[in-house]
Amino acid sequence: MAHAHDERTGEPTERSELPTDERLAFVDEYPSAARITRLCFGVSFGALLVGALLGIVQALHRTNVFRGVIESSDYYSVLTGHGVLLALFFTIFFLSGAFTWGTTRSLGRDLPNPRFSMAWFGLQLGGAVAVATAIFGGFVGEIPFEADVLYTFYAPLQAHPLFYAGLAAWLVGTWLAGADWIRSYLRWRSDNPGERVPLQTFMVLTTMLMWYVSTVGVAVEVLVFLLPLSLGLIDAVDPLLTRTLFWYFGHPVVYFWLMPAYFAWYTILPKLAGGRLFSDPLARVVFVLFLILSTPVGFHHQYADPGIAEGFKFVAMTNTMFLLLPSFLTAFTVVASMEYGARRRGGNGYFGWMKALPWANPAFAGMALAGLMFAAGGFSGIVNAGMNINSLVHNTLWVPGHFHLTVGTASALTMMAVSYWLYPQVTGKRLQLYGLAQVQPYVWFIGMALMSNAMHRAGLAGVPRRTAEPQYDQFTFEAALGSIPEMRLQIAVGGTLLTLGAVLFAAVMLATWFADRGRGRLRVDSHLPEPVSGPEDAPRVLDNFKLWTAVAVVLVAIAYGFPVFSMVADGPFDPAAPPVPVGVVDAAIGLLPG
Amino acid sequence: MHVHRFERVWLVAALGMIVLFVGTVTYGAVVAGYGMVDAEGGQVDTTDPAASEDFREPGVYEGSEPGHYDVYVETRRFAFVPGTADPIRVPANSTVTFHVASVDVLHGFEVAGTNINTMAIPGQKAVVTAEFDEPREYGLVCNEYCGEGHHDMAGTLEVVPEPEFDASTEVQ
Repeated sequence: MAHAHDERTGEPTERSELPTDERLAFVDEYPSAARITRLCFGVSFGALLVGALLGIVQALHRTNVFRGVIESSDYYSVLTGHGVLLALFFTIFFLSGAFTWGTTRSLGRDLPNPRFSMAWFGLQLGGAVAVATAIFGGFVGEIPFEADVLYTFYAPLQAHPLFYAGLAAWLVGTWLAGADWIRSYLRWRSDNPGERVPLQTFMVLTTMLMWYVSTVGVAVEVLVFLLPLSLGLIDAVDPLLTRTLFWYFGHPVVYFWLMPAYFAWYTILPKLAGGRLFSDPLARVVFVLFLILSTPVGFHHQYADPGIAEGFKFVAMTNTMFLLLPSFLTAFTVVASMEYGARRRGGNGYFGWMKALPWANPAFAGMALAGLMFAAGGFSGIVNAGMNINSLVHNTLWVPGHFHLTVGTASALTMMAVSYWLYPQVTGKRLQLYGLAQVQPYVWFIGMALMSNAMHRAGLAGVPRRTAEPQYDQFTFEAALGSIPEMRLQIAVGGTLLTLGAVLFAAVMLATWFADRGRGRLRVDSHLPEPVSGPEDAPRVLDNFKLWTAVAVVLVAIAYGFPVFSMVADGPFDPAAPPVPVGVVDAAIGLLPG
Repeated sequence: MHVHRFERVWLVAALGMIVLFVGTVTYGAVVAGYGMVDAEGGQVDTTDPAASEDFREPGVYEGSEPGHYDVYVETRRFAFVPGTADPIRVPANSTVTFHVASVDVLHGFEVAGTNINTMAIPGQKAVVTAEFDEPREYGLVCNEYCGEGHHDMAGTLEVVPEPEFDASTEVQ
């Protein structure tokens, strides 16, 4: 196979046999996989743009800078839209596209059946549209839809059935997408017995196995409890049980956001830095650790819940802490790969090598800045995970401060950065508005630095998350560091910059989409250099997916078996809380005592 | 499997840190005696906790020992009872056990700026114990989204000087 030569690194790869002005983009080699990737990216970027516009409404409303757009009671529909569109649809459609590319590229074969691939894409899209319809129906009084139940949709708050049905359809779509990649792998395997699984495919498969294990929880929650409840088929649910099922899925989904970022940091970032990956075996170890440790940690979102014995919370806490290990290892690899690349580009000195990195390349800069912010987010995550310190920050603004660094930067900024590199390859079009793309990662970085540090500090003062008006008549918050008005200002300015960052990104992608094909060479190519330490150094047992899945299931059984049994033992619907539809709230406000 | 020397050092350091983190939490639970919200509260009636055996009418009660008080709080959309309409009042230098239960949806019970912070889940009773030394007023916040009036759900907790606290009128 011939590849365009990477002019920046001079990496001694296969020489291109084509004239230098000839392109060899992914789209030319695998047109049908490229189409799926393009479609997934299109939906992903659309969700990002709408979600970001909702974000600025929130940032300005709750900081009291500008309240002209919505009433406080509509704030929660905006919040639900922001959470669901960004955390579920932007991230997972991107993942679906990136994994289709990664599987196809690393196996060197197209997905088995284009119609099947279109079917899972269609199912995901249909589900997403149904969910969005239910949420945005909340703004229009005449439409019976209402789904301002937030991203966590805790029962017995009850949304319109369309919301739950859409979620279920979307979920099945993700399962079928995984099946598509697995099928492609199995066909490759039968043609290549005894060969090591290519690294990107290995990452796709471990991620999807983790996803199958963990989505069982939310599938049961939605299909057995919430959808029947919203349709009136059952009268009541046990709120603790449904909440537990949610968080059984709710933490692994975090890794579902993050693993595409890790996938990019391990396989694409080293190349863009000018070098190659340090160690293929350790990358495999990291993904196996995520597969086995991601699911049995959900109780760490329930430290403050009554009805769950302390011992189970402790088990989840210990597991969570060990889940830091793959992230610590990743931090090492990312930094080491960047340094390796920088030194090959002529950088030297203890820290001076950093100057040699391609900071003007938006794909590199985005990923590097995302990795940097992830370190900060990791440390605030350690505070959340600490069972007792958590009481200080539980459900405060600290928590969104934390996850805007992880999913909102480590994942989101990496995904945008990857797009600058990958989108031209799946469209065959040169990236447009390159200057905007170059400043975009820095805009995001500054915006997030302002917003998240203020959110973290406000959380320490006790300011709650998920509320339209953080000031109260009865009392004021006392800040340990800085002042509350200063924090509000930083959140408003930071949120505005972040939205600007999303708009810049969308502009670059739209301009590229509408650009003519074949104008000049692409700046990028799909070739990924071999790691310093290759798969031949990795023990074969790492590729034993059955074994790791079994270990994951056993750990889940240990962490969840007894507590879930005790919640179900008194009857799966007991203690029975009747539903509280979100649409009939006005009557409830009238009953307010005092 | 070949692991670079630097990677090995990093791996051991990371594991050491993880063990240290787990250790601090264990220390907090075992030595410092910080009690988590757990299952000890048991279950209560989902829409009428006061009808259950171990939940009383909302209010402040004298505890089993002198200086101990029990506060029973119902959370409902969009108020703490007591807390919102009438502040919760306890004397300084007291140990207070909060018993919190929800009558409708999930709520949060957070004493702002402290580590008194628990979920109120319909059907479950949350039990949190705290010590109050100095007289002070604290804000009480619902920190879990409970509906369109969620941002109005707040209250106050007043820790009053002991002479000002008259058990005969404050306590049920």
